[in-house]
Amino acid sequence: MEFGLSEDQKLLQESVRGTLEKVSPLERVRAAAEKGETEAADIAQALADLGVFGMMVPERHGGMGMALLDAALVAEMLGRHVAPAGFIATAVMAPLAIAGAGSEAQQEKWLPKLASGEAKAGVAIAEAASGAREGAGVTASGGKLNGKSLFALEAENADIIVVADKAGALHLVSGDAKGLTRIQLTSIDLTRGLTELQFDNVEAEALSSGDAAATLRRMVDAGRVMLAADTLGAGWMMIEKAVAYAGERKQFNRVIGSFQAVKHMCAEMAAELEPCRSLIWYAAHAFDAMPEEAGLMAAHAKAHTAEMGRFVARTATEVHGGMGFTDLLGLHYWFKRIGLDRQLLGSPERLRHEAAVLQGWAAAD
Amino acid sequence: MDLAYGPEYEAFRAEVRDFIQKHGDKAPKRFGVSRPSEESIAWQKLLIEHGYAARTIPKEYGGYGAEPDILKSRIIAEEFTLAKLPMGLANQGISMLVPTLLELGTEEQKKKWIEPTLKGEVVWCQGYSEPGSGSDLASLQTRAKEDGDDFIINGQKIWTSTAHAADMIFCLVRTEPDAKKHEGISYLIFSMKTPGIEVRPLKTMTGHAEFNEVFFTDVRVPQKDIVAGRGQGWYVANATLKHERGMLGDPNQAGTRLKEIVDLMHEETVDGMRLIDHPVYRDRLMQLQARVFAMQFHGLRLLTATSKKEDPGIARLIVKLQGCELNHQLAALAIDALGEIGVLYGNSPHLRAHGSWQHRYMFDLGLIIGGGTAQIQKNIISERGLGMPREPKPAKA
Repeated sequence: MEFGLSEDQKLLQESVRGTLEKVSPLERVRAAAEKGETEAADIAQALADLGVFGMMVPERHGGMGMALLDAALVAEMLGRHVAPAGFIATAVMAPLAIAGAGSEAQQEKWLPKLASGEAKAGVAIAEAASGAREGAGVTASGGKLNGKSLFALEAENADIIVVADKAGALHLVSGDAKGLTRIQLTSIDLTRGLTELQFDNVEAEALSSGDAAATLRRMVDAGRVMLAADTLGAGWMMIEKAVAYAGERKQFNRVIGSFQAVKHMCAEMAAELEPCRSLIWYAAHAFDAMPEEAGLMAAHAKAHTAEMGRFVARTATEVHGGMGFTDLLGLHYWFKRIGLDRQLLGSPERLRHEAAVLQGWAAAD
Repeated sequence: MDLAYGPEYEAFRAEVRDFIQKHGDKAPKRFGVSRPSEESIAWQKLLIEHGYAARTIPKEYGGYGAEPDILKSRIIAEEFTLAKLPMGLANQGISMLVPTLLELGTEEQKKKWIEPTLKGEVVWCQGYSEPGSGSDLASLQTRAKEDGDDFIINGQKIWTSTAHAADMIFCLVRTEPDAKKHEGISYLIFSMKTPGIEVRPLKTMTGHAEFNEVFFTDVRVPQKDIVAGRGQGWYVANATLKHERGMLGDPNQAGTRLKEIVDLMHEETVDGMRLIDHPVYRDRLMQLQARVFAMQFHGLRLLTATSKKEDPGIARLIVKLQGCELNHQLAALAIDALGEIGVLYGNSPHLRAHGSWQHRYMFDLGLIIGGGTAQIQKNIISERGLGMPREPKPAKA
C-alpha cells in the first residue's frame, strides 16, 4: 500500500514547475491577457518540449500512455502559474475521446499530432457535463451537425474539436469546417479561452468505434479532476503569496503576519485546501485503477476543491488588503482562474447531486 | 500510487480474519465506564497474546514484541471495524504514559508500570492542565518542593478525565521555581491513593462529569518517581502530547459517523418524506461526504509518509483541527436532520441513538477546545507549517 507520488512523478512535477516559472511569470501572463491571447505559443512550445501533450496518448500512437494522476500534477502546475496554455482539452479530454471512441484511422490520423503538440484539439461538451444554458445543444443527422454548443474549451484556434451532441454521441469536427462559426466569449479569466460554437450543417466524423457514452463519461471525469488540480495549484500559490505579503507588509510597527487574525486566515486556507490534494490524487488514481469509483470521486474532488478554492481565493485577497484588489499586484489572475474552474464541467451543487445519484441516494434527472 | 496491500499483507489479513472467526464471540459486551470491566481485561489479554494489542511493545514489558509495521496495524483496525469488534483498550495510560516510559523511563519504571497498564490492571490519569494554565501550559503553578528524598506537592489540576477511578497519575509539577518557565517543570508519577489528594467531579455541558478537578495538599511523593530528569518535564510532556494529538481527529471515526447518518437519513421521515430525499439535507450530506473522503485519503497519505519515514510537513499539522471540526459538523447534520427529535436528551420518549448525537455534538466541542484549542492549532499551522512569525511578546511594564 502506497498512497503518494512516485519519484518519477515528483520529478515530472518539478520539471513542469521549473519550466513554467521561466516561461509563465506574471509579466508574461499579463501580456497575454492584455492581448486576449489564451494560447501563448511560446508557453505551448515549452510544454510540448516537455512532452506533456503526449502524456495521455497511447504509446503506439506516439504518446507516453501515462496515468491521469500524472496529468493532474501538470494541471496543478498550470493553475499555479495561471498559464495561458491549453492542456485539459487538447492533452487530456480529446485524446481520451479519440483513443476511446475513434476508429483506427482516426486514431492514427490525430493522436500522434496531438501528442507532439503539432495539432491542437478543443472539446465542446459543456451541455453534457454541466447542463444546457439558453437551450444550447447540438443535433446530428446524416453526418451533419446543427445547433450550438456554449463554453467549448480550448476551441478558439483548435485544429479539431470533439463535440458531444444532445444524445451523448461524440463527433469530430475540423476547426475550419464550413458552416462552423466560432465566437470568442470573454470570461473573468483571461488566461483561458471559452468559445461558443454555432453549427450550420457542419460536416462531422462520428467517433463511434468504441463505447461513446462511456468515453464521454470518462472525458468528463478526467476533465473534472484536471480542473480540481488546476484550482489546487492556483489556490496554493495564492496562499504562498498571502503568507509572503503578510511577512513584509507592516502596520502598527509590526509585520501583519505576526497578528493572529492574519495568521489564522492563512492557517485556515492551508487546512481547508491541503486535504483536497489527497482527494484529487485518489480520484485520479481511481480513474485508472478503480473505474467503479471514478465518477463519484471526480465529482467530489471537483466540487470540494471548488468550494475550498473559493474560500482561499477570497481570503488570500483579503490578506493582501487593498493591494489584493488592485490590478497592479495581479493576484486577481489566480482569483479568476479559480472562479472559472468552479463553473466548468459542473458547478459544486450539480456535482454533489450527481454524486448522490451515483450512490443511489437521489433519482437521476 | 498503489492501494493494494500485496501478498504478505493479505496473508496477515487472513490471519486476523481467522482470529476474529475463532475468538470474536469473546469480545466484551460491557466495557466498564471508568475502569475496564473483567470482560474487557480478558479480551485485552487475548489480543496482546495474538499481537492485536500492544503489538509493538517489547515482550519483556508485557507487549507482543512485533516490529513496527503501520500497514499491519491498519489491517488490524480495518478488520476489527468490519467485524464490529472492539479493539484493545485505549486509555491515557496506554496511549500516552506507555510510549513516554518506553522512550524516557528508567528500566525499573518500565518493568514496574508498562505491563499492568497494558493489561488494564492499572488505570492512569493525566495531570497537565491547571485552572490558570490551559493553552499556556508551561505557566503551570502546581509546586513540588524538596523535602529529604521526597517532594511535597501543592496545587490544582483540571480536565483530569478518569481521576476518580484512576490508580495512578502522571503529572507535571514545578520543581525549579527559579528556572525559566519551560525549564522548571518535572514529570512525576504517583499513586492517586497518596494522602492529600482530593478529586472533585467536573460536570460539563453534556450533563455528565467526563472530567475532574484534582487538588493536592502536602502530597508526599518520592523524588525517584520522576521520569527523565528534574526540569525535563516540558520535553517529556511534549513527547506525550504528540501521541495525544495523533488520537484526536481520526478520520475513520468520521467515516463511521457518516455511515450512521446515511442510514439515519434513509430511515427518518418528515411529512412522510425520507430525509435523504430532501435536496437541502442531502446536499449537506454530500458536502460532508467529500470532506470525510478527503480526510480519509489524507490519512492514507500520512500513513505512507510515516512508513517511508518522510516528514509530511503541514499535512500532519492540520489533522486535529480539521478532523475534530468535521466530526462536530457531522453530529450537527444528524441533529438537524432529526429536527425537534434531534434536541431530545436524557431518557426522553422518541429519543434516537440514546441521545448520542447531542452528546457527541457537545463533547466534540470539548475536543475542539481540548488537546490544543483550534486557535492554538492555527498558530502551529501558521508558524511551523507556513513559517509565519510568532506574536511579539508584549513589552514588560
